[in-house]
Amino acid sequence: MFRLIARRTLLSVPLLFIVSMSTFVLVALIPGNIARTIVGAQATEQQYLSVRRSLGLNEPLYTRYWQWLERALHGNLGVSLYSQQPVSSLLDSRLPPTLFLVVGATVVSAAVGVVFGVAGALHPGTVDRVVDAIALLGLSIPSFFLGFVLVEWFAVSLRLFPASGYVTFGVSPAGWLESLVLPVVTLSAGGVAVIAKQTRDAMRDVLGRPFIRTLRATGIPRRSIIFKHALRSAAIPVVTIIGLVFVAVLGGSVVVESVFALPGLGSLAVQATTESDLPLIQGIALYFTVIVIVVNLIVDLAYSLLDPRVRVA
Amino acid sequence: MSALVPLIAERPRGSSGLRPSVHLWLRRPVAVCATAFLAVLVVVSVAAPLFAPYNPEAQDLTRVLSGPSTHNLLGTDTLGRDVLSRLIYGGRRSLLSIVEGLVVVMLLGIPLGLAAGYLGGWTDRVLSRVGEMVMAIPAIVLILVVLAAVPHNEDVAMLTFGVLGTPTVMRVVRGATLQVRRDLYIQAARVSGLTHLRIVTRHILPRVTGPVIVQASLFSAYALLFETGIAYLGLTGNPEAPTWGGMIAEASTVIEQQSWLLVPPGALVALTILALGLLGNGIRDVAVVDDVATRPRRAALRASTALKSAQVDHRDVRPDRLIVVSDLEVVLRNRGGTTPIVAGVSFDIRHGETVGLVGESGCGKSVTALALLRLLPNGLETTAGRALWEGRDILGMPEGEFNDLRGCTFAYVSQDAQASLDPTFTVSSQLSEAIRHHERLSRRAAKERALELLRLVEFSEPQRVARARANELSGGMAQRVAIALALSGHPRLLIADEPTTALDVTVQAEILALLRRLQSETGMSLLLITHNWGVVADICDRTLVMYAGQVVEQSPAQSMFDLPLHPYTRGLLQSHPSLAVAHSHLKTIPGNVPSPGSWPDGCRFAPRCPYVAAKCRADEIPLLAAQSDRDTRCIRVGEILAEVTSA
Repeated sequence: MFRLIARRTLLSVPLLFIVSMSTFVLVALIPGNIARTIVGAQATEQQYLSVRRSLGLNEPLYTRYWQWLERALHGNLGVSLYSQQPVSSLLDSRLPPTLFLVVGATVVSAAVGVVFGVAGALHPGTVDRVVDAIALLGLSIPSFFLGFVLVEWFAVSLRLFPASGYVTFGVSPAGWLESLVLPVVTLSAGGVAVIAKQTRDAMRDVLGRPFIRTLRATGIPRRSIIFKHALRSAAIPVVTIIGLVFVAVLGGSVVVESVFALPGLGSLAVQATTESDLPLIQGIALYFTVIVIVVNLIVDLAYSLLDPRVRVA
Repeated sequence: MSALVPLIAERPRGSSGLRPSVHLWLRRPVAVCATAFLAVLVVVSVAAPLFAPYNPEAQDLTRVLSGPSTHNLLGTDTLGRDVLSRLIYGGRRSLLSIVEGLVVVMLLGIPLGLAAGYLGGWTDRVLSRVGEMVMAIPAIVLILVVLAAVPHNEDVAMLTFGVLGTPTVMRVVRGATLQVRRDLYIQAARVSGLTHLRIVTRHILPRVTGPVIVQASLFSAYALLFETGIAYLGLTGNPEAPTWGGMIAEASTVIEQQSWLLVPPGALVALTILALGLLGNGIRDVAVVDDVATRPRRAALRASTALKSAQVDHRDVRPDRLIVVSDLEVVLRNRGGTTPIVAGVSFDIRHGETVGLVGESGCGKSVTALALLRLLPNGLETTAGRALWEGRDILGMPEGEFNDLRGCTFAYVSQDAQASLDPTFTVSSQLSEAIRHHERLSRRAAKERALELLRLVEFSEPQRVARARANELSGGMAQRVAIALALSGHPRLLIADEPTTALDVTVQAEILALLRRLQSETGMSLLLITHNWGVVADICDRTLVMYAGQVVEQSPAQSMFDLPLHPYTRGLLQSHPSLAVAHSHLKTIPGNVPSPGSWPDGCRFAPRCPYVAAKCRADEIPLLAAQSDRDTRCIRVGEILAEVTSA
């Protein structure tokens, strides 16, 4: 187990390099003068030169990246061009809402998706088709549209939940929960669709395997066969998909946080983009990558718990 | 080498060419609707000035947020601009964005995928690893980095989106290429000296087309979702020019005054993405034949349905019989109707008796066994017959009642022992669960009993085996565990479906010896399905021979070896190596077992029978009592026996 964690962590190091490097390379590849873009047309020559200097644009690309990397390894991600605050402290303060939102949406996707998927596998015909339809809709409706539809129904008409904004857990646990319900539901739609489909296919595959027949021939009750045996084997491919859904949900949080005005990393990313705040957006890309790596690690661990063959290998 | 050239010409075209699929396509109304919808969308967007009723940027502050009317079909927005016209012009921008992303993703993904799949080795490993990494990053953050450097430049954003989407297309192309590369004709093309470039462009690329079109359609859906997303966030375009995402953003600001404004752009985006997804699914079903998942119309794990309970005649209840099966019929249900698989099968098993069920593959042996356990696979169904056990018809009783008998009255051991154990559970937990299902025992007591069972099936180190999982057991070990599992409920009848076929010869003998010992110790009956006469000779008291869904002969094992009554039994015995006469050619039965649905009239063995006469083909042949304890389904049995004994 320990070796698995160590191995996985080591393997994720290149990913961090690739992401951070590509944020530099992408910017360098884009034609035009970035410093000029950032300061805007009305800026003085002095402002322009100072931005150029603070971005290190006078240095060649590799020096720039090396300097950034050296500082990043010491936990220093630079200073936001706009607010002049350290990037890392800005990001840390924005992390919790994003984590709650994304983890919440992944958990909801997994729970609802698995229930739909199992139901679809056990009841072909009508139930199965309903699952199909839900899956198609969940994937097709853009989250920003779904978000507003939910706001219109549950916030504007029924006044059950706040339309937007975020309450920290410390201030009011109930308010915190209420402020997260609609964003989490909005963000879950696509995940539910993907996981339901995957679970259904996996369950169907497992239920057709010989060991299920052996279990039935032993007289083990149907319920135990489905939920104890079949679901456990079916969970192996589903866990992989849940990891992928997490990555998708993390990307989706950028839009959903803007829809519901949640002060998370996603809405900060949009703000940083509009303000052309390069150090800030580079820091966000790094944070997102670290989150993905941690989640992939968790998925691998879950995998090894579910599938004994992985542990042996 | 020239002999290989025809192989190249005989390239299979079925799954690759899209042309033969047009009529298949037209049979899918959903896919046709999706295609039509997308076609209309493309035409209207491209020719926007022709279709838009108004200038999309023309403001009319006297008609703000008007809602749908004859004047403005879809209403007006916050500045009094016509929603329909803005949607049409917005479609232009979205279409262009999709094309930009699509061009990049295809120009990169197809060559890289071909390279990875065709060249293999290091190229493949490096490309695949980098692809995995790119897929692990949420694309949107990297694109936001780009948009921070070039604000509001949607073209650059979409080109980057294409680059980041490359790994998915690359993977699909790689997979398809690998599949094609293994095909014989590609190997032949290589041997005959075609250049790599020519092989790839002439032979591989066409076969990859199907999956690529599917990917293109799905990628377009994601591209649209992404494009409307960044437009919604206000990161692209200028505020004046209409975009679908921008329209939703604008509508959201007035959601409390006029919620209608959300509907046209939101529904249009959702419908377009839906149409692209359905188009992709449709193409997958039609063009990528290999991937078509045939959907079972029945539940994968349905409760078996009971037959109508039969009236039990007291004459049928015979105390020396454990089970009496009569007129069992199993059919395969498919779209066209039903095909009989097993018909009119009758036999009985006495207490403590070992009965062999023999026949070639496809004769209905396993189906008969599974029908008795009411565990027929999907599509197969018992439609008639009775199986009396202690005066009760097990085919007619409710599923719940029958399930109480499974495991403790009837137990089952299958051919593939390893696959018949749950791969994620240890042997101990599987055995304990079964034991606790049959007897009220504590967890610890059940574990003890599990070890006892493992000792019973002759494991010298039961503790070690108990901790193992199926993948850590050899075939023979797994079969012992499966037998232990079957014994957990003290069954009265063990049905073993070719329990030794998949094993090494020495292991086969061990398992057979084990079964024989267990049978004599526990006094249970054994129904042994096999096509190995050696097994029959070894442990069976009586033998049933099946052919084309019928029992054609039943008799005590020894008398069957001495003098087979049915020509099929005779043929089977003669074609068995261990029973054949030394230094003479091994005889075979000409022809094959007719498949269900193509059974001949009259005697089903007639087309392959050396003794066939005209009367054999006239009517269905009944199972005839030939001697006191022997039956045969041959009307010429007397004549044939006379012929054989005189020869």
